[in-house]
Amino acid sequence: MIGGAIGGATRRLGPGATLAAAILVVLALAAAAAPLAERVLGLDAEAVDLFGRLAPPSAEHLLGTDELGRDLLLRLLYGGRVSLTVGVVAAVAASAIGTAVGLAAGYLGGRADALLMRFADGVIALPLLPLLIVLAAVDLTKLGLSPEAAASEAVLLGRLVVLVALVGWPTTARLVRAAALSLRRREFVEAARTLGYSPLRIAVRHVLPNAAAPILVATTLAVGNVVLFESVLSFLGLGIRPPTPSWGNMLTGAQELIWESPRLAIWPGVLIFATVVSVNLLGDALRDALDPRSRRRGTGGE
Amino acid sequence: MLRYLAGRLVQALVVLLLLSAVAYLLLGLMPGDPIDLMVGADPRITSEDIARLKALQGLDRPLWERYLHWLGAALRGDLGYSRLYTQPVLDIVAERMPRTLVLIGLALAVALAVALPAAMVAARNPGGLLDRGVNLLCFAGISVPPFWLALILIILFAVVLGWLPAGGTVSADGGGLLDRAAHLVLPVATLAAASVAAYTRHLRAALIEALGEDYVRTARSKGLSERVVTMRHALRNALLPVVTLLGLDLGSLVSGALVTETMFAQPGMGKTIYDAVMGNDYNLALVGLLVAAAATLLGNLAADLAYARLDPRIVYRAEPGA
Repeated sequence: MIGGAIGGATRRLGPGATLAAAILVVLALAAAAAPLAERVLGLDAEAVDLFGRLAPPSAEHLLGTDELGRDLLLRLLYGGRVSLTVGVVAAVAASAIGTAVGLAAGYLGGRADALLMRFADGVIALPLLPLLIVLAAVDLTKLGLSPEAAASEAVLLGRLVVLVALVGWPTTARLVRAAALSLRRREFVEAARTLGYSPLRIAVRHVLPNAAAPILVATTLAVGNVVLFESVLSFLGLGIRPPTPSWGNMLTGAQELIWESPRLAIWPGVLIFATVVSVNLLGDALRDALDPRSRRRGTGGE
Repeated sequence: MLRYLAGRLVQALVVLLLLSAVAYLLLGLMPGDPIDLMVGADPRITSEDIARLKALQGLDRPLWERYLHWLGAALRGDLGYSRLYTQPVLDIVAERMPRTLVLIGLALAVALAVALPAAMVAARNPGGLLDRGVNLLCFAGISVPPFWLALILIILFAVVLGWLPAGGTVSADGGGLLDRAAHLVLPVATLAAASVAAYTRHLRAALIEALGEDYVRTARSKGLSERVVTMRHALRNALLPVVTLLGLDLGSLVSGALVTETMFAQPGMGKTIYDAVMGNDYNLALVGLLVAAAATLLGNLAADLAYARLDPRIVYRAEPGA
């Protein structure tokens, strides 16, 4: 039965997207199994070994060790937990903001629509990375947080999620708005309106469920963008901070060591790349599968 | 047209004004403040002295008053001093902005030069082997983290092959134009990659749509060669949406320039903003951010105007609706 479901999905999405989905599942499972891998390999992911720095791959360290002698494979797995979690959580957050804005703009129409979409366009047009970097430097203690809380891992992760969500919502907003615009003229929405339901109720109960397809597509594609933003911010030292590993910050020191150990620069990047390519392929295939028009126009993947 | 232009300019100014207010607010939320720095220099200072110092610097005034004061000075061309470089911020921007413009301009040119033929090859036979190949490369291009692409290019061309320098703008022993150009190859390639992919995808879709239009059928039935039909008829129409894309892409190019300049040690605006944030030089960072945003908005506006010039059907009105 599971085989049948996978077969059906393969037919609808195509072999490329199915492979992409499989890669994402494998990456997520591997990251989730990081503590298990630690036990099986009999290693400690945080154990520093200054005599075993930059060791090449061996039976003990399958991918070798990093600049502090830590096992690279385990760090990659633990880094994956952070990067993938931030990616999914921030994408969902960005999508939620985008859905609310898009729904309001599309359903209300008129001036509210013009204003909200102008705002979304403005955010898209801005140079986002310089903006994020400046925002990431904000001193949270000046916003009333205690120094301990401001330095805690949960707050740093949360800050990153908030930042990325703040710039990630406009794409979803546009897609949801387009869907809401066409839905508000449909009979069942007119019917709800004649029944005297409030605009909020109509938007949430009648329009939103029918916009599920574009929301799903937008959220999927957002995961790719968010993983890229997280990785570059962490790489620049303004996202996830060591010793907590993330695929982005594992590359921070790699540039200095590029002559001695190019290996360190390759693996985390390959995993980010694999994740983002897979997410984008999957999102594109989902769009084609859910919106027959885009396939006929030939703008999609195939 | 003129009214539309004026409207758009006003819009851009409003965005900038809002951004400057946000920037000023942020300035107050950055670690440390000017009085802390002065206090650190004098251990015997009393709290009355601190209060007097604050009054002297105007720091006891309400925030909006300080913002207006700053804005007034900024409009008169006084953007303040950079702590990191002990130079007026304006001088730093004037020196480094051109470098970034050159980098972005070159990347744009390269991106178009690659995307045009790639899209034409792909659109000739949609779904064919070449189309699939181009499509796959495009997915790679939009999915690769730019800083990692930079690392891989450095490993490949600087470490393994030794063909190109790994960073900087000119060799230590000084070099001619060729040497400077060699230092630009990898940064431009890194910056162009994502844009190549985006332009190719859009252009390919637009070309396929244009090739299905009636005027293309007419041109073909006149017996024009496929080359002429593609180049003279379909491509000209397919290029239009790309003009808008160019404008919208400027923001990501500026973001990309920050990464590229930092990775390849190119002293442009992007690296300056990053270094300023890392070195607690927030005045410089925020002005840099504003300048980058202003340049992006202007580029956007230019793209929209070019679009109107290229397509006689487009008539901009002062109050564009939804």
